Amino acid sequence: MRGATHARWAACAAAVALAATACGDDGGGDSGGSGDGSGILSSSWGDPQNPLEPANTNEVQGGKVLDMLFRGLKRYDAKTGKANDMLAEKIETTDSQNFTVTVRSGWTFSNGEPVTAKSFVDAWNYGAGLKNNQKNAYFFGYIDGYDKVHPEDGGKQTADTLSGLKVTGENTFTVKLNQKFSTFPDTLGYAAFSPLPKAFFDDHDAWLKKPVGNGPYVVDSYAKGSVMKMRKWGEYPGEDKARNGGVDLKVYTDNNTAYTDLMAGNLDLVDDVPASQLKNAKSDLGDRYINTPAGIIQTLAFPFYDKAWDKDGMEKVRTGLSRAIDRKQITETIFQKTRTPATDWTSPVLGEAGGFKEGLCGDACEYDPDEAKKLIEEGGGLPGGQVKISYNADTGSHKEWVDAVCNSVNNALDNDKACVGNPVGTFADFRNRITQSKMSGPFRAGWQMDYPLIQNFLQPLYYTNASSNDGKWTSAEFDKLVDEANAETDQAKAVELFQQAEEVLRDDMGAIPLWYQNGSAGYSQRITDVALNPFSLPVYNEIKVS
Amino acid sequence: MGRYVIRRLLQMIPVFFGATLLIFLMVNVMGDPIAGLCGDRECDPATAAQLRKEFGLDKPVWQQYATYMGNVFTGDFGTAFNGQEVTELMSTAFPVTIRLTVVAILFEVVIGITLGVVTGLRRGRPVDTGVLLVTLVVISVPTFVTGLLLQLLLGVEWGWISPSVSPEAPFNELIVPGLVLASVSLAYVTRLTRTSIAENRRADYVRTAVAKGLPRRRVITRHLLRNSLIPVVTFIGTDIGALMGGAIVTERIFNIHGVGFQLYQGILRQNTQTVVGFVTVLVLVFLMANLLVDLLYAVLDPRIRYA
Repeated sequence: MRGATHARWAACAAAVALAATACGDDGGGDSGGSGDGSGILSSSWGDPQNPLEPANTNEVQGGKVLDMLFRGLKRYDAKTGKANDMLAEKIETTDSQNFTVTVRSGWTFSNGEPVTAKSFVDAWNYGAGLKNNQKNAYFFGYIDGYDKVHPEDGGKQTADTLSGLKVTGENTFTVKLNQKFSTFPDTLGYAAFSPLPKAFFDDHDAWLKKPVGNGPYVVDSYAKGSVMKMRKWGEYPGEDKARNGGVDLKVYTDNNTAYTDLMAGNLDLVDDVPASQLKNAKSDLGDRYINTPAGIIQTLAFPFYDKAWDKDGMEKVRTGLSRAIDRKQITETIFQKTRTPATDWTSPVLGEAGGFKEGLCGDACEYDPDEAKKLIEEGGGLPGGQVKISYNADTGSHKEWVDAVCNSVNNALDNDKACVGNPVGTFADFRNRITQSKMSGPFRAGWQMDYPLIQNFLQPLYYTNASSNDGKWTSAEFDKLVDEANAETDQAKAVELFQQAEEVLRDDMGAIPLWYQNGSAGYSQRITDVALNPFSLPVYNEIKVS
Repeated sequence: MGRYVIRRLLQMIPVFFGATLLIFLMVNVMGDPIAGLCGDRECDPATAAQLRKEFGLDKPVWQQYATYMGNVFTGDFGTAFNGQEVTELMSTAFPVTIRLTVVAILFEVVIGITLGVVTGLRRGRPVDTGVLLVTLVVISVPTFVTGLLLQLLLGVEWGWISPSVSPEAPFNELIVPGLVLASVSLAYVTRLTRTSIAENRRADYVRTAVAKGLPRRRVITRHLLRNSLIPVVTFIGTDIGALMGGAIVTERIFNIHGVGFQLYQGILRQNTQTVVGFVTVLVLVFLMANLLVDLLYAVLDPRIRYA
């Protein structure tokens, strides 16, 4: 706000004329402090959709807070995405189905309560319980007894606790799964598995107003819908202590305004550069613009419940469509290189060892208009002579890329009307049509990983009747390979089996992979050491304020 | 007068029910809001059913409406999906929007009427033509263009103001957004006043007042202006409701967490409780403003009486 003092007094004079009001510091100048770790930064935020509870938060904005407020048994490395032990001293198993967890001692919640095995077991039971309406309840679906606590048919809950969870000591508990799942320990870094203090259960409303966790930050104040002030927790026992004094999360009505505020020096960090500003971001911010891969892939799903898309030969049409899309051009012109053309169904953040395999899609994802035309003709042509790509028009500027994809398809097929976009007003309505299996053509699908595992990119999306299998694609062979991979204790072998499953998906073109999405962020000159983790969340505790 | 007010208040009841029912049905037509709550994936059916039950969405629409209205009369506007009481949302959003509206209305009254009087008295002179041209530009440029432009110039380029309004939204930060919000109406007020003044300038009572030797200032303010204000007051009165409900664009640009923002969020998330609650209050504001305008007529022109 340099140079603003003069104008502010003029504005104040005018305001006093209108009505008496306090003129003074508007809160923009209280972020002093120097390199001593006491400086406070401000960061853009969106209003969380759901109440802030670990098992009830499934979108990025609420996730941001949980990431600062909680530490779980595992934590994903900000650079490699690898699941490292955090509160877990060890997690042991001999059969990939029964696990013994030992919780590190010496950890407490910020209200002084110790973090014990019970803190985890209670939290997980709460998260799984149907009566608690937790939207991430299905994360506990692998644990034995889930069907009693959370009956699928919506019937009455017959147990309050998961029979697969047993506290065996102050700091130990056992987990029994209902199927073999070798990478289960690696999923435990997800926020839904966070421990909860007694205060959460004793006075739930008060906790929601001011959540208490065990992470490097504490909630100083929370004005719902406008600002949440997180402050460094001095006694935090972990290694990853906050290197700043705190973070003010400010809710923005529009990410364009947040970007404008960053430009004007009123905001330190924007973790979602609006699409319209991408082409300026590099010149506006220089090195202070971050554009790094995140665990997000965008795809086109098909309605396999529609006979027209499921009959024999259609796999050629689907592959043909995939080959008709010029991914490289679209990612460069529309997304300003904040997307990377996809060549498999996972994400580069997994790394080679984690299951990402560049080029697994092979020819099927390479742009070749002639071949595309040939394949679609061989497969019997487009159902009804036209594809309509559905997307929700309210957020995410999907219209631009859908139109571009259609253009690309139309050019390849020499037909102006071969492909058109089909906007749906709101996201809720879009989801409605998907849930009710009302899609008549391909539709936008996206997947943001819950945890950096190849399993998370395949099983929830393409396994028969899986929770996010929106297109209802089904393949007995795929399912069999996934089951085998889950039972495999050797990580490398498991990854190999998952990749074989992915090849089955490719050969049938169960969904067209489009591109991997990057996280993009911009920050002010006041702060340094800014990075995005594989979930495209800023690593807040590492940020230094100068 | 008293009877007139009572009759008007009674008339509001059917309008109120009609408007809320309409909004209720419109939001309901948009489909099942629970589908959008679980992000890019399907809610598991058991949890979805449970949520539907909790928000009363499993009942027929007429029953939902009846329950809702019943609750409204006890002051309970329901709960938004993020667990907040709608009344709590209102108590944070309405003060902000009211402040913004007050700023906008003040701009309309002070600048609009002054310009209108000045141009009305100097019809055909350069001042008049100049102001007419400016108002034409203001009316034809969409609000979001004016808003973004002012934000960029004053906020980023010159650094005179902060481009976004802080959560507390004090008056001094609302001056520029208020001006942007008022701009189009302001131009209309100017033009309305100008026409009205120009017409009445040649009226008999003005000539009489001048002939009596009254000072020019008194002639203009007491006689000419007072009689010319009726159409302007009507316009400003109806504008109050329009400004409060229509501030969505301005509030988005300047990051003001007011009624517009809450309504926008409510519609995006298909949150019936939020949308209907806020619209209900807006309908009431609109009705009250209209009543106030009608009562003001009698103050401005004593010939108008209400039985």
